[in-house]
Amino acid sequence: MRKFLTAMIASGFLLVKSFAGDVINGAGATFPYPVYAAWAYQYYKETGIRINYQSIGSGGGVRQIKNRTVDFGASDAPLPPEKLEKYKLYQYPAIIGGVVLVVNIPGIKAGQLKLDGDTVCGIYLGNIKYWDSEKIKAINPSLKLPHKEIKVIHRSDGSGTTAIFTNYLSQVCEDWKNKVGAGKAVKWPVGIGGKGNEGVANYVKRLKYSIGYVEFAYAKQNRLRYTLLKNSAGNFVEPNFDTFSAAGATADFNPDKHFYLWMVNAPGKNAWPIAGASFILLAREKVENNKKVNRFFDWAFKKGDETAKRLVYVPLPEELKSKIRNYWKKHGISP
Amino acid sequence: MDLKTKRKIKGNIALLLSTFAAFMGLFWLVFIIFDVLRHGITALNLELFLEDPAPPGVPGGGLRNAFVGQFLITSVATIIGVPLGILGGTFIAEYARGTVFAKVISILSDIMVSVPSIVVGTFIYALLVKPFGHFSGWAGAAALAFIMVPVVLRTTEDMLKLVPWTLREAAFALGASYFRVIKDVVYRAAATGILTGVILAIARIAGETAPLLFTSFNNSYFTTNMNEPIASLTVTIFNYAMGPYEDWHEKAWAAAFIITVVILIVTVTSRMIIHWRYKS
Amino acid sequence: MKKFLRLPAADLIFAVISFSASFTILTLIFSTILVLYNESSLAIHKFGLLNFIFTVDWDPVKEVFGAAASLYGTLITTVLALSIAVPVSIGIAIFLTEISPHFLKTPIGIAIEMLAAIPSIIYGMWGLFTLAPIMAEYIEPALQSVFGDIPVVGKLFEGTPMGVDLLTASIILSIMITPFIASISRDSFNLTPDIVKESAYALGATKWEVIKDIVIPYSKLGVYGGIVLALGRALGETMAVAFVLGNKHQITPSLLDAAATITVTLANEFTEADTDIYLSSLFYLALILFILSFTILAVAKFFLLRAEKHYQR
Repeated sequence: MRKFLTAMIASGFLLVKSFAGDVINGAGATFPYPVYAAWAYQYYKETGIRINYQSIGSGGGVRQIKNRTVDFGASDAPLPPEKLEKYKLYQYPAIIGGVVLVVNIPGIKAGQLKLDGDTVCGIYLGNIKYWDSEKIKAINPSLKLPHKEIKVIHRSDGSGTTAIFTNYLSQVCEDWKNKVGAGKAVKWPVGIGGKGNEGVANYVKRLKYSIGYVEFAYAKQNRLRYTLLKNSAGNFVEPNFDTFSAAGATADFNPDKHFYLWMVNAPGKNAWPIAGASFILLAREKVENNKKVNRFFDWAFKKGDETAKRLVYVPLPEELKSKIRNYWKKHGISP
Repeated sequence: MDLKTKRKIKGNIALLLSTFAAFMGLFWLVFIIFDVLRHGITALNLELFLEDPAPPGVPGGGLRNAFVGQFLITSVATIIGVPLGILGGTFIAEYARGTVFAKVISILSDIMVSVPSIVVGTFIYALLVKPFGHFSGWAGAAALAFIMVPVVLRTTEDMLKLVPWTLREAAFALGASYFRVIKDVVYRAAATGILTGVILAIARIAGETAPLLFTSFNNSYFTTNMNEPIASLTVTIFNYAMGPYEDWHEKAWAAAFIITVVILIVTVTSRMIIHWRYKS
Repeated sequence: MKKFLRLPAADLIFAVISFSASFTILTLIFSTILVLYNESSLAIHKFGLLNFIFTVDWDPVKEVFGAAASLYGTLITTVLALSIAVPVSIGIAIFLTEISPHFLKTPIGIAIEMLAAIPSIIYGMWGLFTLAPIMAEYIEPALQSVFGDIPVVGKLFEGTPMGVDLLTASIILSIMITPFIASISRDSFNLTPDIVKESAYALGATKWEVIKDIVIPYSKLGVYGGIVLALGRALGETMAVAFVLGNKHQITPSLLDAAATITVTLANEFTEADTDIYLSSLFYLALILFILSFTILAVAKFFLLRAEKHYQR
């Protein structure tokens, strides 16, 4: 008995020492999780360095990096410069993506249903209750819509995807701006909350007649049926690489403002109306750590474009990547 | 209909309902276990144990890191919690038997056995995560140990109290000190009971999720470094089940199947041992 | 104390070590309360006690937090779970003690205990993947068509049946707590002295009348203890409920609506609360839950201790 106990305790100490390979911990947005995870997987194969990214929502990412409990945070809702000063953080975008509306209506395929700011707003405010309401029928004259109640799904956690989505709604819909507003977590008038992009996708998948908003990679990977949306130029566009890129083309990121920018309702006849960038947050004082994190993202900027495109994310344009590298140099955190 | 027949009929209806209730209970159990079996067994393969997770949306990969992590956290929790529990139970069953202190500790332990495990998670977060600046396997183990101590303490106390006092008296009569009596006589007599109590406690914490959510957090990679966040089977099931990917769901069912089967076998065997050893 | 100082050295050391071990229980309880209070002090100072308990708003954007919605969900799921579980469990206990043939007693008893051993996350998963769809497709629409039009009761079944709501969560909770009530009730029923039962039979009582008028009243303290214990457990249950509750901070009369409980709020939002007041409010919720369940479990223990004394007469 005694020998057994000593053996157990000894092995306990041994386990702590072994296998201490380099690990970088990150947490935050579920929006870019598929592409960060794919990049991390490749990076590990090439360098043996593990990027342990946990998708807990942008709110979580901000919290964790504020408390310095992770090496980097990730948020789709950029922090304004005042907040970055207050919490002593650096910020830069890593990838661009699009938020899409997904529906689960038997008989309706992906890319068939058309929606616009007015109808999306009405659905999420609870004013439009049935799939065959006048407003929806008006923009979908040829579709056979069932007389079923719309099951609204939103996020239950602090989400940058929500921030992008509600920013869009606030811009296209006075009612929404006054009644609910924009933010990572808002007081939703109707609907049930799923945790993370994953949770919303999961609910939409299993609940008939539901609608939710997710980052496009989640819609694609889970074969969810996305809708077309009307953009600021008045055209109904499909969510794909070209429309996301079009939205990104007009974005003017300013390194002096730590790249703070919302990309919703971008101008352009082919632009996707709910696009956004996802940002990396770093603790200013952890210089060595930041260099390691930036080494990973530098690698991703050089070699990760194909992977990103495959998952229908938009890699940052070359000029933006240069701006970011200069930003790193300026703040002494170049890899 | 006379009163006697009325009473009889009323009675029979009530008894029928009770029987129905019993079989409903059985029905749920069979339904749940069958469902877990059905979903889990299809996803069971060697890959699950030998490989680490693939990125989301990429099929394949396994849960090796989660199995190892779960094992590490549970082991460390056991190493901390079991000695504390056994020693504590020994004190109140032996040295402090009959005192107010023993009664208070016993009652408080009983209460702590059922305390919400997520609150334990928040407590350990405030103590072992926030001040250190990172999640860790140690914090997760501490949270589980917190839950374990009252459980082991109470079962040890019960088992020690079952040992007849005369056994101790015989040893005292031979001139042994209380410590020797406990070590050589009482522990030996209660060994089976204490051991099964420990095993039941391990089974209990092996299935806990909530306390690990913000202590050991999660890790997509294989690691045995307890100073970092570390994967666990239960938290992985939580994340995978909440996610939309089909193969995540399959893996979650497989992991759920394994946990359920192991815990059920361990629990039933332990209870049967106690029943056979102590209640006949 | 003097008794201890006269012990030989080995005894003294062992006694001190084991005393410290037993003292950890007290340490754990007090430090939990202390740490939780410390972390919630920001929220306590901003919102106070009564105000926090009765505010429905849970608004991270405007930084207004109130426990009312979470408390409501906790209350409703627990009460509903108990109302389903208590009759079923007592039925099970009656079956096991009075009706079942002897050879079935142990296997069925073990089966019921196995229900208690299943980890709560398994219940949660099963609830999400199996029970929720069944509820959404068959049971909830059926309930709506039967009760929907009745004036007051109809309110309980309003809304779109999604399967992810108070009703489903309560049902899963009731399955989870049934074994606790059932085994404690069975043990209490078994302690009724045969001679009392036999006297009742001798007076011509039917089996059911013996159960109803002799066994149950005799064991009521134990049964109360079991029920309150299950109540305490149900309050603190997280994983079984987290998957199927819908995570929405609202007070709603409809059982087919999503809601939130303290435990689910903590599980969903704890790692994500990005402002200090948000995190502090979550700790405040944890503190309230801890004190609430501690109190209820203490009441349960009180009943069970009284029952023990009662039976030893």
